Amino acid sequence: MTLSILLVVSAALFCIGLLAALSRRHAIFILIGIEMMLAAANLNFIAFWRFGPEPQQPTGVMVAIFSIAIAAAEAAVGLALVIAVYRHYRTTNVDQLNQLKG
Amino acid sequence: MSSVAFIVIAILTLGGALAAATLQKLMHAALSLVVAFVGLAAFFFLLGAEFVGLVQVFVYVGAVAVLIVFTILLTRHDLEKPGRFNWGGVVVAIAVFAGLVWAILRTPTLAIAAPPIEALTVKRIGEVLMTDYVWPLQCVGVLLTAALIGALILVMEEKRE
Repeated sequence: MTLSILLVVSAALFCIGLLAALSRRHAIFILIGIEMMLAAANLNFIAFWRFGPEPQQPTGVMVAIFSIAIAAAEAAVGLALVIAVYRHYRTTNVDQLNQLKG
Repeated sequence: MSSVAFIVIAILTLGGALAAATLQKLMHAALSLVVAFVGLAAFFFLLGAEFVGLVQVFVYVGAVAVLIVFTILLTRHDLEKPGRFNWGGVVVAIAVFAGLVWAILRTPTLAIAAPPIEALTVKRIGEVLMTDYVWPLQCVGVLLTAALIGALILVMEEKRE
């Protein structure tokens, strides 16, 4: 197990998240994709910390912990927005949310 | 760090993520997301960051997945209509993946094995969190409070006068 293999796995996870965020029309699927991309970034933080020159300093671990906390806040606000949009428009399909279109 | 464990965890994580991205039913996708996140936590354990793995399980599997399931419950109106699948997203994702893999594999400094380290204890993490990272910790606390109050205000029922 080398660093590059781990980075390839993380890149694959990121691209699957990108695929979900770009190609699905349901708002919750888009949020799931964004969560997956954030999780792939966390994996990169941990991998670079573990394989880096100074693994005694827990910098990467700290950044990953803060990143998880911020991702949780983002998920809470995002899902609340989905619920608010659903109440207003009775749909969660992002293609139908085109009221701002000129 | 055994390579067999690595391959098993990688297949579990990527399979779960792919299922979450492509399954038609939203509830199945949410449960596949849980599988992917558990696999990611296993990666963190494998890399010696046990605390981050546990936080991952608590936050993502315990909180975010339940939040997604509740949101599905509350917005269950147009769930069964199969949406149009956008193939442009597939092309973009594959192109980004190819570019990233190309960049990773042709960088020779990345092909290194892990140096041996002594285990990172929770005591050490707590010490660092209370000394070097105390201001980021406070900021994250304020951010989480603000975000959760904002989420509550967003979903509160409007009073009809």
